[in-house]
Amino acid sequence: MTWKSLSLGLAAGAMVLAALPELSAAQEKVQFIPSLVYRTGPYGPNGEPFANGVADYYNLVNERDGGINGVRIMFEECDTQYNNDKGVECYERLKNKGPTGAAIFSPLSTGITYALIERALADKIPIFSMGYGRTDAAYGRVFPHVFTVPASYWSQATSIIQYIGAQEGGMDKLKGKKIALVYHDSAYGKEPITTLQKLKDMFGYELSLFAVAHPGLEQKATWLEIGRRLRPNWVVMWGWGVMNSTAIKEAAAVGYPMERFIGNWWSGSENDVKPAGDAAIGYKSANFHGAGADWPVHRDIFTYLYDKGKGAGQRDRVGEVLYNRGIANAVIVTEAIRTAQAMYGARPLTGWEVRDGFEKLDLTAERLKELGLEGFMQPIKVTCEDHEGGGPVYIQQWDGKKWQRISDWIPPMRDVVWPMMVESATAYAKEKGIALRDCPQG
Amino acid sequence: METLEHILLQPFRSIAETPMFFLEVLIGGLMSGVMYALVALGFVLIFKASGVFNFAQGAMVLFAALFFVGFLELGWPVWLAVAGSVVVMVALAFAIERVVLRPLVNQPPIILFMATIGITFFLDGFGQTIWGSDVRRLDVGIPTTPLIVGDLYINQFDLFAAVICGLLVTVLALFFQFTPTGRALRAVADDHQAAMSVGIPLNVIWTIVWSVAGLVGLVAGVMWGSKLGVQFNLSLIALKALPVLILGGFTSVPGAIVGGLLVGAGEKVAEVFWGPLVGGAVEDWFAYVLALLFLLVRPQGLFGERIIERV
Repeated sequence: MTWKSLSLGLAAGAMVLAALPELSAAQEKVQFIPSLVYRTGPYGPNGEPFANGVADYYNLVNERDGGINGVRIMFEECDTQYNNDKGVECYERLKNKGPTGAAIFSPLSTGITYALIERALADKIPIFSMGYGRTDAAYGRVFPHVFTVPASYWSQATSIIQYIGAQEGGMDKLKGKKIALVYHDSAYGKEPITTLQKLKDMFGYELSLFAVAHPGLEQKATWLEIGRRLRPNWVVMWGWGVMNSTAIKEAAAVGYPMERFIGNWWSGSENDVKPAGDAAIGYKSANFHGAGADWPVHRDIFTYLYDKGKGAGQRDRVGEVLYNRGIANAVIVTEAIRTAQAMYGARPLTGWEVRDGFEKLDLTAERLKELGLEGFMQPIKVTCEDHEGGGPVYIQQWDGKKWQRISDWIPPMRDVVWPMMVESATAYAKEKGIALRDCPQG
Repeated sequence: METLEHILLQPFRSIAETPMFFLEVLIGGLMSGVMYALVALGFVLIFKASGVFNFAQGAMVLFAALFFVGFLELGWPVWLAVAGSVVVMVALAFAIERVVLRPLVNQPPIILFMATIGITFFLDGFGQTIWGSDVRRLDVGIPTTPLIVGDLYINQFDLFAAVICGLLVTVLALFFQFTPTGRALRAVADDHQAAMSVGIPLNVIWTIVWSVAGLVGLVAGVMWGSKLGVQFNLSLIALKALPVLILGGFTSVPGAIVGGLLVGAGEKVAEVFWGPLVGGAVEDWFAYVLALLFLLVRPQGLFGERIIERV
């Protein structure tokens, strides 16, 4: 045997070995779910706990239940660094993996979501942008493949304004009050502006806008203006990453009361308040799921994963807000796949079959209890037309050690935001020449 | 006409109507400028001594802060954490001189610049590999509550940072002017070959200057880390130092301070009084526009050495 034939033989053997996991994956009945995450880059500290929550829940389903109805979950992370170009690259790399291709993509970035919406439709893969992304994509007649449950930015903005109204003694008391919006100067940060302006016209408050450039390391000028000149009654923040903790510190430095400072659900994690220290005590934020590790699902995560050294992150960080958001994301995805399996059989499904399941998703209170998530989040019902579900949020407050829930669930003003979503999505459909699909009534 | 009035007159009217507020913004801006100058100093030191634009200065700030806060989390007392971080930064300077700079002696400056980009990626990754990418709180006891003087709000943290920066500049100025090593550094900065011909060892000088830049990075890292939390974003504050350097000059320590003050004050005043006219968020690009205008008029910066090349 010559060296040439020996090396050719070795190379062929190596290729076969490398292909083995793929072959066994196809034979083993696995559902491939890509996981776009960011554990590195400027927003890595926030991306990491979310990614750990997702990974832990998928691993839990595999370890505890043997997969979804016997179909094991195979997931692979791709680090986008919260960068649109990298997000598209990750999408292209992962969309055809697994025996049936990608089941669904959760881009974990509003910018990446915008970049993927048309591509994913062409590839027949659903997009799940939970609590971020393009708000009007909730209109299923125009965006059949995009899901924004449990709530969108526009809905969240209405819930926050209702909370402020309640604190002032009624929505009629908002008239003449000053509300400032401090926002990340990006597609994400600008999302609530239209809604807040609409509500301003309805309730008569004054709205001032303050854009903060990425990444938000320096905000002194903004907060001097807010704290020393404008002195608004309330400040609402649509921030992300280091922008949040910097804002909290600068707000404290100009003496702005934390009790009147409310962040959205991406401005209310431990990472946002801990670097600010005691200055953050009293700061509030919206949320759509529980904080803490007190639910039965966490108990299972400890038992099946962390006790066996299989946890994705640090044990003491299980239950942080962004970790729990990762769990919420993974729960909704697995339940959508389970719903699709009820329609097509317990086998690996294509992206479009998963989409069909997602559109029939009915995550009831009873089902949430079975999953060990009673009270963790509100029930979700998706329809052909409504891919948001109009979920409520609650307000939480930082006490220096942990987040405390300080309000009931606040439903959004659907009568205000739903027509806005329909109008915006219809305009998009007209611009792109998309025919509105029919949805059964009722 | 109306637009011109908005841009040219309205902000000045606003300043005249609220002079105390303008003063607060100006003072706040000057204090921020001091923080920028802290980062810019590290660039200046290395450029002065070796003609290398050290792209890795921001990464060095993060690297130093990660070790400092990491040592504190291990339960070390502050003095030991400072000492440990100093040792790490000096060891880093040795390693950079030995592994990166020495093999590249006599290469064009652009090659050395590219090498520092490589160092940036290495330090960003290596620091986070050891200490993780979580946001770490750093509290070295600097008060953050506002100080109220008359009707003026002054941020105590910024005041403290200004004092630290002042001390650091004084120490550096004394070091450069009155120590044999400082004189050797200046000699190398003026002319490498002439300095070597009188027996000044270039390798030692480079190690010293990278060590000093590392220590300045440590101070900047501790100050910025106390302000923002120690996290990846600390390396991005280098972007804030670039316009400072263009304004102040790449080779002048006082230039870094004056440039920092100009950028800090300018961007804050622009953000508050002119920002609303264009939708806000002007402070990030304002400094670069200012630097660009300066490049047109005085490319060497306020205090930089004028480059005359005879061909």
